[in-house]
Amino acid sequence: MTDTVFETTRQPLPLRETLPWIVLGGLLMLTLVYFVGVEEGAMSLLSGLPIHEFLHDGRHLIGIPCH
Amino acid sequence: MVGRLFLRGLLAGALAGFIAFGFARTFGEPALDQAIAFEATHSGGHSHGETDLAHDHAGQAPEVSRATQAGIGLMTVTVLFGVALGGLLSLVFAFVYGRMPAIGPRGTAALLALAAFLSVNLVPAIKYPPAPPGVGDPDTIGFRTVVYLVMVLVSIGAMASSVSVSRSLMARIGVWNGALVGAALFVIVVAVAHVLLPDINDVPTNFPAAVLWDFRVAVLSVQLVLWAGIGLIFGTLAKRAMASSPVAH
Repeated sequence: MTDTVFETTRQPLPLRETLPWIVLGGLLMLTLVYFVGVEEGAMSLLSGLPIHEFLHDGRHLIGIPCH
Repeated sequence: MVGRLFLRGLLAGALAGFIAFGFARTFGEPALDQAIAFEATHSGGHSHGETDLAHDHAGQAPEVSRATQAGIGLMTVTVLFGVALGGLLSLVFAFVYGRMPAIGPRGTAALLALAAFLSVNLVPAIKYPPAPPGVGDPDTIGFRTVVYLVMVLVSIGAMASSVSVSRSLMARIGVWNGALVGAALFVIVVAVAHVLLPDINDVPTNFPAAVLWDFRVAVLSVQLVLWAGIGLIFGTLAKRAMASSPVAH
């Protein structure tokens, strides 16, 4: 753990490298949040799947507004 | 480098999700069960089933047992949520790191997780506290979800802008004073949002207060455990990743 390592790594990551990850990764993660949190609850894109039943306790205990 | 951080965020989120599952199972399920028991005896609109307490909204929906809901179902939510939140935290980390006062990767990750808990969970929960089964009018779920989401977005926006403001002030008035101004700005913005957004109170008059309290404390604790796990695990993983490739960029 030398000072040189610290100095080099404290440089911000270049935005050109970071931005595509933030946009694509962010969208992917928000989609995941949607399916775990909202699908078949407040909104429904798919139907007929017992997603709501299966995820019931988790949604309550993670604090998502539920029925 | 961002890709490596992102992968570590997903991993940290999954691990934190397992920890949060153990916590939710132990400290959250008792209150949830009591709320369902209350709901079953005061059925108003929808039931969790007659005999096995299986949750039943549509009447035709395949039943999922309480054991499944409290076991693999609960774990699915905490782990997938952990993965999503861990991934998001790692992306914010990749943007913020090196742009804030000199703290290392672990300190940055821990502060980010704390800021996330405050703005994503705690501040919105003070305005719209989490509702156990039996609390909440099914007819207003759309409205409640929208105003809750607005509260969350305002709160996240207030956090991001107050951090940005305090950062630009720190060079002139010092780190401590800059942080104080940022904190004051955050409190003012979310306080205004709390006043302006509509109040919602649809707790049934005879719903047991102790169960409601236990449930809400449990939910906030689960969220705190999840964020703490993400922040601490990701911080350690990120520190190693960055030390092993100091000049990758």
